[in-house]
Amino acid sequence: MKILVIAEQRENKFKKPSFEAAKAAKDLAGQSGAEVVGLVIGENVRSIAPELGRFGVSRVITVENPKLGQYSTTAYAKVAAEVAKKEQAEIILLPATAMGKDLAPRLAVKLDAGLAVDCIALKVDEGAIIATRPVYAGKALVDVKITSQVKIFSLRPNVFTAGSSDGTTATVEPFDVPLSDADFSAKVTGITQSTGKLDVAEADIIVSGGRGLKGPENFAMIEELAQALGAAVGASRAVVDAGWRPHDEQVGQTGKTVSPSLYIAVAISGAVQHLAGMSSSKYIVAINKDKEAPIFQVADYGIAGDAFEIVPALTQEVKKLKGK
Amino acid sequence: MKIVVCLNHVPDTATKVNVAIDGKSIDKTGVNYIISPYDEFAVEEALRLKEKHGGEVIGISLGGDSHKETLRKALAMGIDRAILLKDDGVRDSFSVARALADATKEISPDLVFFGKQSIDYDNAAVGGMVAEMLGWPSVSVVVKLEISDGKVSAEREIEGGHEKVETKLPCIIMAQKGLNEPRYPSLKGIMQAKSKPIEERQPTPAQNKSEVLSMRKPPAKSAGKIIGADASAVPELVRLLHEEAKVI
Ligand SMILES: Cc1cc2nc3c(=O)[nH]c(=O)nc-3n(C[C@H](O)[C@H](O)[C@H](O)COP(=O)(O)OP(=O)(O)OC[C@H]3O[C@@H](n4cnc5c(N)ncnc54)[C@H](O)[C@@H]3O)c2cc1C
Ligand SMILES: Nc1ncnc2c1ncn2[C@@H]1O[C@H](COP(=O)(O)O)[C@@H](O)[C@H]1O
Repeated sequence: MKILVIAEQRENKFKKPSFEAAKAAKDLAGQSGAEVVGLVIGENVRSIAPELGRFGVSRVITVENPKLGQYSTTAYAKVAAEVAKKEQAEIILLPATAMGKDLAPRLAVKLDAGLAVDCIALKVDEGAIIATRPVYAGKALVDVKITSQVKIFSLRPNVFTAGSSDGTTATVEPFDVPLSDADFSAKVTGITQSTGKLDVAEADIIVSGGRGLKGPENFAMIEELAQALGAAVGASRAVVDAGWRPHDEQVGQTGKTVSPSLYIAVAISGAVQHLAGMSSSKYIVAINKDKEAPIFQVADYGIAGDAFEIVPALTQEVKKLKGK
Repeated sequence: MKIVVCLNHVPDTATKVNVAIDGKSIDKTGVNYIISPYDEFAVEEALRLKEKHGGEVIGISLGGDSHKETLRKALAMGIDRAILLKDDGVRDSFSVARALADATKEISPDLVFFGKQSIDYDNAAVGGMVAEMLGWPSVSVVVKLEISDGKVSAEREIEGGHEKVETKLPCIIMAQKGLNEPRYPSLKGIMQAKSKPIEERQPTPAQNKSEVLSMRKPPAKSAGKIIGADASAVPELVRLLHEEAKVI
């Protein structure tokens, strides 16, 4: 049996969740005796492909084409399906990133496969894979079993650990999938990057600010703390709706669901919709002047005081620590 | 332009989730249901396109009789027709998509809108599946949309930025917050919606490819410690994060 890992790269660099998926595949293979095969799609990806071997992939298939330099939902789905069929892969793992979430449903239809998205755990039980995934924005967890021959699982980023690379490299097999213009019926023509900004969905540390900060100008101190920590800036819906911060920073049920190792909530009350998006963070720090605020119910550490005093002091202290 | 909008009916965001006695679904007692929030952006965008280009907007929901509430809400916002694909059974995304794709084929619209995801199972899967079943292009997580002469340019949210995507009609668009500000139904709209019929149809039978075995609440996070009430607690906080949690 084969497990196919669809690795995501942008600008010839693997995204970290690709390594997490590779490692998860290796762990599954260990339990079921399967072979792990990688797939990398892009313009010029042969040189980076061997790196996947360090996380448990023995063989990597590369599909290169100048037109695949940018993501295309239709063309990538076709390529992934062709490779999955050629390899007769029965299990497909891919990261639940913006790309993976877009690709997986199409791939499921092409392969007549069941799909479990955004999984946070996979285990083998009497030969079947049981996936655990959050539903209702994390208010509940379900165990899901896929009943079709081919099974697709997308994995929530930052949950599975890639571990450190073990130094082995994978063998690389270029493979050609003929593509016509019709395969690119939807194509990306450009990317606007929020200048060097780290996205909350990818960050290992997030510092989020809420309405208690009183105005957009006071997010400067949130940004400074985030910078000192190498963190992304997040926001509650109240401040996004007020136009203080862009929507892509919103954390919560109608924003992004995040699981960083550290989430610092500053002047955020902790409404259920906000908690839904961040309560699976590994460590939560709350800074709020109201000690009854619900955010303290989920926080590991809290300071019940004035953010305007505490945040700058915290930034200084972090800088001191990092300076050592 | 003929536009279809697919609408799901889901527990509202304030719902406190409890597991039902079957051990694999939520306890519905006292739960208030709403139109899935992203589907509201989808309805709004469809209405704006109709106002600009003329045509018709048709809402479709698959589910039990309760889904009529969501269809009525969309009628009140201004859609022209509503179809209920009546089904009380359990369906996975694949089975929902199959029925919606088949119903859409019969209508043969120029454009189909979905929400980015339903806020019950958070699958974000049905729209892409329908697109593939119809063999149409699609754009997911759309925050900006322009359509002229059958050409579609959209912007979708990705990590740390936006992707500009070009495609052509017919296609599928999955709406994200930020696309527009959904209108409130007018009193007149609400009154008119009451008398508009909701057409009931038989959906394609379910053929599920996945099964929920069990549902549980995540392990409750216990409240941690409040280590102080002012900046003097900061050094202790940093020490804990560095030495105990080892996250900085
Ligand atoms: C359909 C729906 C979807 C929603 N989706 C989301 C979502 O995705 N994400 C989300 O965040 N919300 C969401 N909400 C909104 C949510 O219900 C809350 O309204 C929102 O999270 C409140 O934001 P807040 O905590 O910043 O503001 P508030 O609730 O106003 O809290 C401000 C906090 O700041 C504290 N404070 C004030 N001054 C200071 C100070 N000087 N120092 C320290 N603390 C201070 C106060 O004690 C208070 O706790 C949604 C709501 C609905 C109905
Ligand atoms: N039962 C349903 N009836 C109609 N549309 C649905 C249904 N379920 C999902 N959808 C549509 O598919 C989108 C994505 O849903 P999901 O894949 O369930 O997260 C939703 O925003 C709706 O537009």
